[in-house]
Amino acid sequence: MKFSFIKSRDSRSNLLVREISYIAKMDVWKSIKIKRTFRQIRMEKIFRSSLVLVALSILVLVIAFLFTLIVQSMPSIKALGFSFLFGKTWDPVANVYGTYPFLLGTLFTSFLALIISIPFSFSIAIFLGEYYPRGWFSEFLKNSIELIAAVPSVIYGFWGLFVLVPIVRSMELKLGVTPYGIGIFTSSLILAIMIIPYAASLGREMIRMVPSSLKEAAYSLGATRYEVIKTVILPYSKSGLFAGILLSLGRALGETMAVTMVIGNTSIIPKSIFDPGNTMASVIANEFTEAASTLYLSSLIELGLILFLVTVLINLIGKKIIKRFTTD
Amino acid sequence: MENTILKAIDFDAYFGENHVVKKINMEIPKNNVVAVMGPSGCGKTTFLRCINRMHELIEGATTKGKMMLNNEDVYGMHPIFVRHKIGMVFQRPNPFPNLSIYDNVIAGYKLNGMKIAKRDKDIIVEQSLQKAALWNEVKDSLHKKGTFLSGGQQQRLCIARAIAMEPEVLLLDEPTSALDPISTSNIEVLLHELKNNYTIIIVTHNMQQAGRVSDKTAFFYMGELIEYDITKNMFTNPQDKRTQNYITGRFS
Amino acid sequence: MPQNIQYRLGKSKAFKGFIIFLSVLCTLPLFLILIYILKEGFTKINWHFLVNLPKPVGETGGGIANALIGSLLIVFYAAIIAIPFGIMGGIYLSENKKSRLSYWCRLSVDVLQGTPSIVVGIVIYFWIVKPLGTFSALSGSIALAIMMLPIVVRSTEETLKLLPSTLKEAGLALGLPYHKVILRIILPCGFSGVLSGIILAVARIAGETAPLLFTAFGNPYFSTNILKPMQSLPLLIFNYATSPYDEWHDLAWGAALILLIWVLLLNIITKITTRRWKIQF
Repeated sequence: MKFSFIKSRDSRSNLLVREISYIAKMDVWKSIKIKRTFRQIRMEKIFRSSLVLVALSILVLVIAFLFTLIVQSMPSIKALGFSFLFGKTWDPVANVYGTYPFLLGTLFTSFLALIISIPFSFSIAIFLGEYYPRGWFSEFLKNSIELIAAVPSVIYGFWGLFVLVPIVRSMELKLGVTPYGIGIFTSSLILAIMIIPYAASLGREMIRMVPSSLKEAAYSLGATRYEVIKTVILPYSKSGLFAGILLSLGRALGETMAVTMVIGNTSIIPKSIFDPGNTMASVIANEFTEAASTLYLSSLIELGLILFLVTVLINLIGKKIIKRFTTD
Repeated sequence: MENTILKAIDFDAYFGENHVVKKINMEIPKNNVVAVMGPSGCGKTTFLRCINRMHELIEGATTKGKMMLNNEDVYGMHPIFVRHKIGMVFQRPNPFPNLSIYDNVIAGYKLNGMKIAKRDKDIIVEQSLQKAALWNEVKDSLHKKGTFLSGGQQQRLCIARAIAMEPEVLLLDEPTSALDPISTSNIEVLLHELKNNYTIIIVTHNMQQAGRVSDKTAFFYMGELIEYDITKNMFTNPQDKRTQNYITGRFS
Repeated sequence: MPQNIQYRLGKSKAFKGFIIFLSVLCTLPLFLILIYILKEGFTKINWHFLVNLPKPVGETGGGIANALIGSLLIVFYAAIIAIPFGIMGGIYLSENKKSRLSYWCRLSVDVLQGTPSIVVGIVIYFWIVKPLGTFSALSGSIALAIMMLPIVVRSTEETLKLLPSTLKEAGLALGLPYHKVILRIILPCGFSGVLSGIILAVARIAGETAPLLFTAFGNPYFSTNILKPMQSLPLLIFNYATSPYDEWHDLAWGAALILLIWVLLLNIITKITTRRWKIQF
């Protein structure tokens, strides 16, 4: 009892001491505060301007990107002009550079991949956006789709080379076409798998954004689920779905490694989808380090420039559509 | 007046083209509680935010006129110094969610790059929390996150955080509008204690609150200062018709 | 009439079945790939494989130590370059929503995000490799850093945008300097979002091959010199997979499994980070 009395008196006097020392020290703290603050104000200015500098440097980076590509492809632009785009032969040994076969190869693989992937990506979008937005299987499906996007493209190429190519070859044997195995068709298959996640995840978001009042209105008129999807959901989200397709296309056009590994790398104009060929990206990957002459190197860079402009344009259009859709 | 601490001279504030605070002339005496009231959208919060230069953080916001703190224009100082001298508490309690209660109180020092001995820090934290009447409730959980406190406790933590910097003026922007009645009365009691050390300007749309806590009251309407007087006079004998209408509840 | 309804309901059911079928079918290739790589790679991986260098053609055994260390180094340096830039850029964009510079900066980030990785390789070849006169790990890191940048910028911007503005006001009203408010309050509050963006970006570049073809180039020997060519896992897989030798294919399978595990692990960590370190308001 006595002890606790002493303790409480002690703590009270302690408090008093503290109060006094607090008041006494206040002036000291205040003067430190003022001195420190001048330094902080200088730091603040540095910080603000370095933020601007970083933002500016990102912009400069992209401009320099474009500039480098243009400057380096100048020799080929000057020497070859439009024959570069429509020339049907690519023969570095004879110093002839026509990229028509690659343009064709790129368009073939990308659009074929797109056609193959669209039913799948739309199915997933409808599955996750409309039928089963929740539940363990939907989580599983969603995560699997994300993993498809996460697997490195070189692994797709490797797997394609050792698993898909033999399958396609035996299929080609049955069809009676030259059984290369590698070629545009195989590349398209691989690409189709790789680009599914892009259109699927975007499509899912867009389908989720369809107002339920619209759907309910259709249901109340006696529409079946299929009719609601067909007449309400898909028309409402069509611009979003289209943007998803564009992003997939941009991805397919620029994809390099998987395609390089299974397309066959021949610079001859492909006659059918089962022929080997080359895409713009795969030519660059294959020949860039061996390009000895200036014109050779420069025409490869011009290919890169075209690829850059086309994919960036497609991406920007896609993003613009998404933005307009989501802000409406 | 001898003991005037804050003085607005022909003060205007704008949001872009919008003239929201018009030609305010107002003197605030030291160690008083001054309530600023008026219907919503009357510019009272904007005026408050002009005092410690928070208004200018909003894009397109500008001001005109003078705001004298101890005969020194606030708009001639660096905002950081202004805000050290004029603390602020907001409508909704906003303790830093990434910091503990202890670090929240000391944040003004610590994040200004000041190195203070641990013992001194303890003293600052304890004194500030005691002044904010929160010490007894949180002294055992000083190192827990501030966001686990109740709304009223969080608001008192924000007051403690503001007074730890030993400001001369404390601005309160409807500090109880997000709180329950018990927390509200706790904070009102606290204001009485605090005015011994600080000058307090409180914005409120609650007339009863203005009547309970303040020494002087200002009535804002459509961006103008209509009337400014001792609180008792204001409520018993308003000079302006508009003030009377507001007090008797004839405005919305 | 009832027949018509039955027909419509049947059609609806059939459509649903069709959608489910296609959706499930989609996961098939993923699991085929995972299982195949696991099967092929698992038998190749052992201690020896992880610590040894590749053997010349004709000799069995050998490992991928050089690619493993090389990949780690190249990705590490890329992250060191890209993270501060990306976070600063993200802060600028979230703080200046409407300025003209932020419009152009945002556009630039979109452009970078859409740039094919092989093009990044070309440009860095002219910026770094040619002036230095040699392929180098450094140039590879810079190329990968550019691939990382848009992801980090975007995730930082999106995260910080969602934080309540009252938080920033609280800091500034306390008389804290702007940089402390941002770096010590705003950024820590958005920590989980920023971190998961960074990990996702690392996962993305860890598997990138195309930008390394003309920059880091690859190296059959062990090297930690960032000014010299360096091997990396994706490069090793590409070079050995397209070679005609079975021993090299074996190495490539093992390397593919390791790369796959690495990338998938990073993706899983991203998921956990987003869930775990959410700060409550």
